[in-house]
Amino acid sequence: MNRQAQAAVLFLVGGAMVHAGTTDLYLRYVKAGLQPLVVGAGVVLIVAALATVWYERKRSSTVPDKEVEEGHGHVHREPRVSWLLILPLLALILVAPPALGSYSALRTGTALQAPLAYAPLPSGDPVRLSLVDYAGRAAYDHGRSLGDRRIVITGFVALDGKGTPYLVRMALNCCAADAQPVKVGLTGRIPPVLQPDTWLELTGTYSELRTKDPVNNGIIPFFDIAEAKPVPTPRDPYDESWNG
Amino acid sequence: MSITKAAPPGSGHRDTEAPEGDPGGEQQGWQFNSPLVLTMLLILVVSLQGPIRRAVSEPVMQSWMTVFVAVVVQALPFLVLGVLLSAMLAVFVPPSFFARALPSRPALAVPVAGMAGAVLPGCECASVPVAGALVRRGVAPAAALAFLLSAPAINPIVLTATAVAFPGRPEMVVARFVASLLVACAMGWLWQRLGRADWLRPPAHPSDEGLGKGAAFWSSVRHDVMHAGGFLVVGAMAAATLKAVVPAHWLSLAADNPVVSVLALAVLAVLLSICSEADAFVAASLTQFSLTARLAFLVVGPMIDLKLFAMQTATFGRGFALRFAPATFVMAVASSVLVGSVLL
Repeated sequence: MNRQAQAAVLFLVGGAMVHAGTTDLYLRYVKAGLQPLVVGAGVVLIVAALATVWYERKRSSTVPDKEVEEGHGHVHREPRVSWLLILPLLALILVAPPALGSYSALRTGTALQAPLAYAPLPSGDPVRLSLVDYAGRAAYDHGRSLGDRRIVITGFVALDGKGTPYLVRMALNCCAADAQPVKVGLTGRIPPVLQPDTWLELTGTYSELRTKDPVNNGIIPFFDIAEAKPVPTPRDPYDESWNG
Repeated sequence: MSITKAAPPGSGHRDTEAPEGDPGGEQQGWQFNSPLVLTMLLILVVSLQGPIRRAVSEPVMQSWMTVFVAVVVQALPFLVLGVLLSAMLAVFVPPSFFARALPSRPALAVPVAGMAGAVLPGCECASVPVAGALVRRGVAPAAALAFLLSAPAINPIVLTATAVAFPGRPEMVVARFVASLLVACAMGWLWQRLGRADWLRPPAHPSDEGLGKGAAFWSSVRHDVMHAGGFLVVGAMAAATLKAVVPAHWLSLAADNPVVSVLALAVLAVLLSICSEADAFVAASLTQFSLTARLAFLVVGPMIDLKLFAMQTATFGRGFALRFAPATFVMAVASSVLVGSVLL
């Protein structure tokens, strides 16, 4: 790859990073805290591309002898593996794959951990909790901090091999490569038709039912549904409450 | 590793004739040149985007692509950070600085460089280009390698993340710090005793001579991003394949035997290629494994994984990476078992 092509690839990759970082696209892949780094890296790559073009033009207008020496000193150096940089570029711009969904959720065991403490529930009726917060209270505190309050949780639907429905939220620490599901089993007025990967907002109460995740024997608490309504995918599809 | 991606057929030809200095070599005659190939490739892909989107709409493919893009988007900023640091070292810091900053005896320089890794606040993607720049600046390879291994594991960000991921178990943080520093120093000294200079064959780097500081700086940035970035993509593809295709329940089979569990998590760390800032959380969730096995996961991961192996190949040459990676792996597992049996 010669330097014009390298400048073009750097510019495109940098532009894609800036695009992903300034829209909500980056939230499908990495944690929210990385936004400044993603945009910053994109800007650096764009500057590097412009600098390459600028120095290249300057160089070609200087002494030709020097150009021969240096020009060819550089030409053969970038290995063919550099071409692979086009792949993430195309994946990000053309396909923009969605955040991890039910496929990944069912392949991995629930990652629910015992919460450090159980803060009192916020006021309001119904009270809005994150799915991970609800699951932690239900599984490790036996719902004591939940009582019979009406609760709203949001997540996407996953159906396992036997058709058992779960409401899932992927919890993420850094990027989607380390995302792990937290699953909640469903009982009560389960909607008759459930499509995997649709996002639902469920209103209901704590249920004492619980089961074990077949993948890693983790606890899966249940949620007693009173009302379910489909909602659009949230801005940040992952739960980042473990980022500390 | 052979990469069969559309490559300009002309480039191999140019390689051989380039040193002869044919001023019109790139423009003369009928030859594919890379900007042309790039343009054609982009036009082709954009015009075929409908079929391509349909082809990747399978859940396996979607999940593969998401993890692939995620690893690249997450690692690229740290790579860029490392590349900027390395370009600054190469252009603005005179070699005499390192001669003064490090003890002249390599045996002493190794632990000093290992400790210096604590100040690079990033993950492993940043440390590879920086270590490459150190070697080119005349730092003893043994010391630069100690820095390469220790920086991603013992910096404050990673240690804080470890403390957060293992609440109530501060000994895990101490064990990670001690075991990682131990491996870094041991590998540095091992290189000093056994390493041969001709194993370390960094691919030629653009020479700065005759260039202004600005030109040299950006030339170094461009070169390192193109180089290490390409290999980063290889590593990301491998990690995505593992995450999307290999069933997770294979792991639980290994958890019962203490020896197998340490090896299983060490191998998993190599294959998963998770950023060292996040690996503690993954380790914390592998509750069916012993703490020593999880320590091995945390010590091996930042030092050697698929993505790092690919990037080390780019920076130091294949001959080096093929020898260095297995030695590091064995050393890291041994050190984790040792430290784990004492501290955990």
